[in-house]
This record gives sequence, structure tokens and C-alpha cells, in this order.
Amino acid sequence: MRIPGWCGLNTSMHDEAAGVSRRDLLSLIGVMAGSAAMYHAMTSLGFASESRYRGPVRLEGDPKGASVLILGAGLAGMTAALELRKAGYQVKVLEFNNRAGGRNWTLRGGDRFTELGGVTQACDFEQGLYVNPGPWRIPYHHRALLDYCRRLDVTLEPFIQLNHNAYLHASRAFGGAPQRIRTVKADFQGQVSELLAKATRQGKLNEAVTREDQEILLQALRSWGALDRNYSYNANLHASEYRGYATAPGGGLAARPVPSDPVALSDILKSQLWRYLQNFANYNFQTTMFQPVGGMDMIGKAFAKEIGDIIRYNAKVTRIQQSDSAVTVTYVDATRPSITETATADWCICTIPLSILSQIPIDVGETMKAAIDAVPYAGSVKIGLQFKRRFWEEDDAIYGGISYTDLPIRQIGYPNTGYNRTGRGVLLGAYLFDGANAYEFTAMSPEERVARAVEFGTAIHPQYGAEFENGIAVAWHRVPFTLGCSGDWSDDARRQHYDNLCQIDGRIVLAGEHASELPAWQEGAILSSLDAIVRLHERVVKT
Amino acid sequence: MALGKCNYPMFALAGTLALVASAVLAQEGQRTFSSGYRFVEMSGEELYNNVCRGCHMMDGKGATGAGSYPSLAANPNLEAASYPVTMVVQGHRGMPPFGGMMNDDQVAAVVNYLRTHFGNNYSDAVTGQDVRDARH
Repeated sequence: MRIPGWCGLNTSMHDEAAGVSRRDLLSLIGVMAGSAAMYHAMTSLGFASESRYRGPVRLEGDPKGASVLILGAGLAGMTAALELRKAGYQVKVLEFNNRAGGRNWTLRGGDRFTELGGVTQACDFEQGLYVNPGPWRIPYHHRALLDYCRRLDVTLEPFIQLNHNAYLHASRAFGGAPQRIRTVKADFQGQVSELLAKATRQGKLNEAVTREDQEILLQALRSWGALDRNYSYNANLHASEYRGYATAPGGGLAARPVPSDPVALSDILKSQLWRYLQNFANYNFQTTMFQPVGGMDMIGKAFAKEIGDIIRYNAKVTRIQQSDSAVTVTYVDATRPSITETATADWCICTIPLSILSQIPIDVGETMKAAIDAVPYAGSVKIGLQFKRRFWEEDDAIYGGISYTDLPIRQIGYPNTGYNRTGRGVLLGAYLFDGANAYEFTAMSPEERVARAVEFGTAIHPQYGAEFENGIAVAWHRVPFTLGCSGDWSDDARRQHYDNLCQIDGRIVLAGEHASELPAWQEGAILSSLDAIVRLHERVVKT
Repeated sequence: MALGKCNYPMFALAGTLALVASAVLAQEGQRTFSSGYRFVEMSGEELYNNVCRGCHMMDGKGATGAGSYPSLAANPNLEAASYPVTMVVQGHRGMPPFGGMMNDDQVAAVVNYLRTHFGNNYSDAVTGQDVRDARH
């Protein structure tokens, strides 16, 4: 468990409430001011709290023409740029890439991507098809990101995390045949319920559960596990309503459904397929999840529409200096590296990933420098594959969602858009995060990554062989603007360095997913940025 | 997971598999894949090619974007064997620590490979025991 290292948005309400009990205070507020005020108070007091986000940031007070230089035009940098300019600051942004968005990124047909090592891939997807090499899903409780999507008019659609008809696959179980998530989930749940019911009825839970509760527990297990009258999970039409039928119900003559046979508990246990079920239970992956219509980079583009005019692209930062009165950043134009330029401002918000910032000379104190140096960057690989037809829908009835496998590709993500159409489609053919396989795929040439993804994926979808057309592979350690996927804090490093990383050091403050307790999430980048600008603004207004 | 060698054999691919894919695989041949969090590759050469090469590149010379991966070629930092052992086990700045993903012999093997390739020519080989000592 990570310690809550959050740098303090709106925690002061806790202290103010200390004299009265929270419940008393809430009922008082409810009586005096109505339910909207009570809801606001509840969230401020820590109840009903699914997010640290408190609505659009209000930077009150006059910055008196102060200037801010922001390093990086990802979501953290652009959030700061948008809000600070609105609050009256003079803002300029330096960005290494020739586009805004950073890891908020989508590859489409016609795009080209040159990775470290010099290999350029051309994306040959058909128009309208895409892959998100970085973030691809937004939890419903990422309220800051969702609010910016609303304010910037980014249209969202559901991201399907759990598709009961997608597959769980173990290469050494069930003869290598992929199993539907629906059947594994129903059978595991059913058989565990049967076992627990048996133990209950044999009196083995008498010490743990009262007689009265045992009766209720048995009812619950029968309901939850689809057990029969005798608390047994077996092949019958009731269980088939959960796990699916051998022959589905039809119409007219011969319409009667035929029940399917459950998989034995021992087979599920030994297959290890149960371990994937956590992907549907984890708080970060619970329904509803979202994706922007048209690709994740619709968010970055919407930010850039607002503040693109103050972004200096192709700017590679080489030095960050500060004095008592100003911050000076030296950079070169990535397309003409011989020309050195400088930018000066009163304050600096630096969102450069620590993998890169740790290599740039920067005037900060020892503790912040130690924090910048303390965070390794995780490996991750995503591979988009285009096929001649959407066989996963046409043949396999898989509409969106994710299949999980123990093969090195780990996941196959189905497009959560454009359902039920004829014609081409793009799958996420591999998604590796951390672990040995991420490194092994990074070390390959891009074309071998694509070829291996096709090779392994064939074990789950034999149609790959006939339908594959082209692909593109992004290995995040090879991405020139991040040198890795995200900050991979150890618990020890976080305890020792996180608060130091988040301090304002003179005139410099850092922001980004690496300065958050939501590592690798876009929400972390935005929340860290909002926290940084609130603290910076307080300081500016006071001086 | 235990360190079981886990080679995924080439699948017998349908003849219709796109030519690009099968041609690339024919050229690359057999490749080792790990099944869990830890690497199953054992030789220095295979560990370099399947792990280190991701950042330090095929020629060991690293690469540069917004930041850099340092070159290992003819690198005087490799003279003291303890330096690369520490780098591999503990990581450094953005470089991930591999001490939890490789055992002592694997770390020794890959360090010995670095120190005898890419224009490096150090004959004092590191042992698994040296790595074990460096972990403490």
C-alpha cells in the first residue's frame, strides 16, 4: 500500500471541522443551506469522495503581469497553460515534439513515427482507423480529466473493459483453446458458491456465521452462483443463463435451449485463468470507462486549440537555471540543433518526464534533485494491427473489450467503436506493461514486434493468418520524448522523495503523472498540475 | 515465478499469413520469451539482445532524443566491474533496476558480455558471488 503523499488540495476543511462532529455539522448545513450545499460539504469533508478534483480551479487575486514558462505541452503542461493564462499570467510553453499532447497520442493512417535507434514506421491504417499507443481508457472517477473533456468539447464514448464474450487464454490449458470470459466467470463463481454452501450446510461455518445468517448466506450463494435447488452448480438451464447455452434458445419449432456443461473447478484453478478476473474488479477498471471518439489525442488537440498559439514546438530543453528574480531555460531547436535559444520568465512549471529531466542541468536544491533522480521509467509496448475484416465481430461476436492471455502479447484489445460494420478494423494486438516481455518486445525491431504479435495472436484468433494487413508498434523506452512509459516509483522511493519532488523550489515547480499518486494516468498529470498552479499562484499573489 | 526456460515455439502459420510477417520471423528465427516477471534468458549475449538492446541499441552506442541512453561502446566507466553490476542491479535515474528480474548469474553474465564487447576488453570476469555481495 502506498502512503497518501498528496500535496494538499483543499485539506484545510478537515481542520476547521475538528471541533464539531462531522455528522452534526452536516445536518446543520443541510438544514441551513439545502442539499447542494450539503453535498459540497460532504465531499469537502471526505465523504462521497471519489476524486480529489473540486471543480474548475479558481485562481483569485492579481498576478500583476507575472510570467510563467511551462516546459512540456502534455496534459499537465497544457492544463497549467490554460488556467494560468486565464488567470492573467503571461504564459509560454516549450515543447520537444512538433505537436502538442505528449503521451496523449493517437496514430492514424498517414502518420509516421521515428523511434530511438532511427527506425521510422509509416502507419498504413485505413482512414478512420487508429491505435492509441499511450493512454486508451478513462475511469469514470477521473473527474478532472472528464471535466476538461466537457469544457473543451471532447466527445466521449464507452470504453469496454469487460466484455463477457471476449477470451481468457492459457497456452497450456484447455488444449490451448481460448475460453469465454463469461464461462470462466460463471463457472468459478458457481463452483466456489457450491463449495461454500456445502461447508455451510455441514456446519463448518458455525463458529463464523450465526444460524440466522447461514440461511441468508445459502440463499445468497444460490442466487450469486446460479446454484440449483440442492445448492449444486451443474449443467442446467438456470446455470446456462449465466455461462451460456450449448444450444441457444430459438424461435418456432425446435426452439428449446440445451444447457452447456460447466468446466470443472480443478481445471479453472490449474489453468490460472482466474487471475485475469481482477481486471474487471479493480477500482481503476470498473464501469463506466470512456474513450474520446476518434482517438485519445482528441483531448490534446482540444487543449492545443485553446493555447496552441503560445507553444514553441521542436524545443529541446538543455538547461534550467534560476536566480532570485527569474528562471532562464536554454533550449535548441530540434530541427536545427546548432542554434541555442533562451527563454526567461518569473516562474517555471516543468513537466518534463524525470527520465529526461534527470539528465538536464537544473538549479534546484539537493533534495529535489535527489527526487528527480530517484524514479526509473517503466517499459511498455503497444502494437496496432489492421485486418481486412472485423472477424472478431463477424466470426466471434466480440464487440469491444479485451482478451487476456499468458502469451507474451498479454492482451488483445478490440475497437470500442464502429461496431458491426463490414470492412477493415484495427486491433490492439499486444499491450505489455512492465515485466520481462515488455523489455523483450522493446529490444526487437518494430517490424519484428508486429510479426511476433501476429504470430502469437494467431493462437487466439486463427483468422489472423488470412486477414492481417499491416501494423505499427510503439515501445515506450524507444519513444524520443519520454524514454519510457511512466514514472515507476517504488514504495521506498516514494516515501523518501515524493514530497520533495512536489515542493516549489525557488521559482520552479514540477508537474506530471510522476508528481501524482495516480502514476501513468492522465488524471494524475492534470491533478498534479492543478495542485502545482494553486500553490504557485498563492505564492505569486502573496509577493 | 520459477526460472523455467520457456521457449514459445514458432507456430505453424497458415500459408496465407502476410508475407512481411513470415519473412521477418524467418530472418529472426527462434527467440526466447519469458513467462513471468523474471527473465529466463541466461547467456550474456541473449540477455543483452533481449533486454539491454531496447535502450542501448544493437551497437551498444545508445541513442538520443529529448534525453539520451548512454553509449556502452569503449566506455571507461566499465573498467571497474562493480560499476556496471550496480547499474544493472539498482538502476540509475530513469534506468530501471534489474536486480529483481535477473538472478546473480544472469547479472554477471550480462556484465561480462558488456565488458568484452562493443570495443570493451576487460578480462577480469565478474562472478555470481560478486553480484551477490554487491546486492548487500
